[in-house]
Amino acid sequence: MIHKFDVVIVGAGGAGLRAAVEIPKEYSTAVISKVFPTRSHTGTAQGGVCAALSNEEEDSWLNHAFDTVKGSDYLGDQDAIEIMCKDAPRAIIELEHMGMPFSRTKEGKIAQRKFGGHTKPVDPNDPNSKRIPVKRSCYSADRTGHVMLQTLYENCIKNNIMFFSEFFLTDLIIEDGICKGLTVFDMATSEIHVFQAKAVMFATGGYGRAFRITSNAHVGTGDGCAMVYQAGLPLEDMEFYQFHPTGLWRLGILVSEAARGEGGILRNNANEPFMEVYAPSVKDLAPRDLVSRAIISEIRAGRGILGSDGTHYINLDLTHLGKKIIDEKIPEITGFARTYLGVEPTKECVPIQPTAHYAMGGIPTNYDTEVFADTKGNVVNGFYAAGECACVSVHGANRLGTNSLLDIVVFGRRGGKRIAEYLPKAKHHEFKIDPTERTRSKINELLARTGSEKVAVIRRELQQSMMDKCGIFRNEKDLLENKEHIKEYKQRYKNITVQDKSKVFNTDLIEAIELGNLLDIAESVNESALNRHESRGAHTREDFPKRDDVNWMKHTFITKNDNGSTNIDYKKVIKTQFEPMERKY
Amino acid sequence: MQVTFKIQRFNPETDKEPHFEEYRFEAQENMTVLDCLHKIKWEHDGSLSFRRSCAHGICGSDGMRINGKNHLACSTLLKNLNTKKPIIIEPLPAFPIIKDLILDMTDFYEKNKAVIPYLINNNPVSADCERLQSNEDAEKLFESAKCILCACCTTSCPSTWSNNNYLGPAAFVKAYRFIFDTRDEAADERLDIIDTPDGIWRCHTIFNCVEACPKDINVTWHISQLKKELSNREL
Repeated sequence: MIHKFDVVIVGAGGAGLRAAVEIPKEYSTAVISKVFPTRSHTGTAQGGVCAALSNEEEDSWLNHAFDTVKGSDYLGDQDAIEIMCKDAPRAIIELEHMGMPFSRTKEGKIAQRKFGGHTKPVDPNDPNSKRIPVKRSCYSADRTGHVMLQTLYENCIKNNIMFFSEFFLTDLIIEDGICKGLTVFDMATSEIHVFQAKAVMFATGGYGRAFRITSNAHVGTGDGCAMVYQAGLPLEDMEFYQFHPTGLWRLGILVSEAARGEGGILRNNANEPFMEVYAPSVKDLAPRDLVSRAIISEIRAGRGILGSDGTHYINLDLTHLGKKIIDEKIPEITGFARTYLGVEPTKECVPIQPTAHYAMGGIPTNYDTEVFADTKGNVVNGFYAAGECACVSVHGANRLGTNSLLDIVVFGRRGGKRIAEYLPKAKHHEFKIDPTERTRSKINELLARTGSEKVAVIRRELQQSMMDKCGIFRNEKDLLENKEHIKEYKQRYKNITVQDKSKVFNTDLIEAIELGNLLDIAESVNESALNRHESRGAHTREDFPKRDDVNWMKHTFITKNDNGSTNIDYKKVIKTQFEPMERKY
Repeated sequence: MQVTFKIQRFNPETDKEPHFEEYRFEAQENMTVLDCLHKIKWEHDGSLSFRRSCAHGICGSDGMRINGKNHLACSTLLKNLNTKKPIIIEPLPAFPIIKDLILDMTDFYEKNKAVIPYLINNNPVSADCERLQSNEDAEKLFESAKCILCACCTTSCPSTWSNNNYLGPAAFVKAYRFIFDTRDEAADERLDIIDTPDGIWRCHTIFNCVEACPKDINVTWHISQLKKELSNREL
């Protein structure tokens, strides 16, 4: 079946929905998603969305931008960061006007709380004076992402947006540097649909499922990024992958930084609040890369707590917060501790470990979400990307908590606006190939495989190898081993069998395609990590422990060649007013 | 420990009627039902089909009937079930089955839309500041705003079983979410929508929905507030 739309958005999380709301009504818009919109991963975000609203204390967008640049370990593009932080208060007010329910201050304004890496100078006139945590995160208890996603979906209902739910992305059609459309697989029927569009936006989310312990949903398999990589287009800064410090032990389920924002403390096996050692000024509210490294360092030094299965964890102590704060401010995450670990957070510490959480890297775009075709700034006509799948880059080498929810609404909207400007002069383009046939032959080939390998087994081994060898601490030996592993998995992937032959909701087949995507993503992450000989933000090389601004203050662009080899190129980091300095907290 | 799962299966391409299949395997008590379904799918039978995503009770994909009770597979731990007997897994009742545990949810989503599930306020407000709302008023909405559209409540309700047109508890929770939002101006319109023969009066306060809700929303209380609002309106 062939559909013609002015705009096709792939992904119905925050970025996709916010973009959809922005497209003027005279244009036809389709939103395609492999899950029903409100099932998207945005809904699991907990702690808040930052904006310098100054509702609780004096703050400024410049403080926010300073923190974001510093948090990014100076790899973020400062022009894009300035745009995001300046636009943040407007974006939050807009969400409130759309109906998003927020926790409130005594005056009835949007309530704000502290969050990791968000600070202000003690002397407001001197940004270089000592910095202390600031209440900048706007929140709705610990369900901020959930209510944001609901609100955006509800506004799409209001705007009569057309959804294609449970349609799975199978091909991106770019010919002569123009994005002409895509193919998707209707999961309910196995029918292949071709969408011809003047503008395509990817808002396809992240790929936490490349790692063994992750906070990400099962759907977080990086389909959009993989599709771009498979099309021979570059991916940017793939080596920068964030581990959130506090995932529930063994499970990886997110325990928001809000727990520490409200006063929670990390403790080792001697009950010591060890973050004082690693970040003397902001302690437990240091950025995520730093806290994750601190936790692993404590465990490696023998100061972790031995769990029943022989692995170690660290304690998150909330007991001193009292039942009222726990029930009112962080009910959801404390509920997780009760349900999944049988721990009562008002009385006991919550066992945690770092969990694969967020991709700073992704599909390279400018700050209007236009996708870059190369490092020179040329764009692919008609192709846009926003949200976690994209790399603007506002997060650089390490994202600050709450900036992801901000990113999706700021750049989702900008993308929608840019598309609206592009549409009057855009047209539909005829395909040179038969897209249905190309997709059908790919899927038929996958279904025809009869080897003895199992998708779930290869996926589990890949996730373990990525966790062990390409995780928080990296070195050349491990990364080379991981490279060999990924090669081996790719070979074995050719010998899988998809057991389910049904045409109705063949989720066995979907998982097989997703594994193919994860393998490509893992390759791009590992190659980029192997190549970067320095430590910056979330990318920590034990063999290159220092940040190297002389040689490495640049973005990695990795592309896959037709013969399967990879190529790495670089793009300059854009600096405006923030001078790189040593990153201390 | 060994556990037995008895799962209702249905493949529309080969089956006329749903039937049960048994799977016996080694499991640990801290596994969720979703973990077990994955274990079966990944190790034994790739054709077993169900929806899931976040795996910790936020996305609302994996509502199903577990030992006769509606719940999320990802929030149900084996240690809270009697593993000495087979654990019986069926799709949520009352909606058309597409395949195995996957239901056609179209009608459920349409009923969510029917209650005008978005804020309506035609009084312009400055783009620079939020609409003020007391924290007390905001918190009145939080419980209803927790709803994850999993359909556990609506499919647990005898009124749903006996009447396809019944709006159902999930739609009422959504209606409450906006009717009691101090920022909203369309309460009357929504009250008209639920004050119909297939609307709120078909709720007979059976409390199945309260028991079924995996997010601990007191659904019946929310419905009673709406009934009260309607009664007051008529006076």
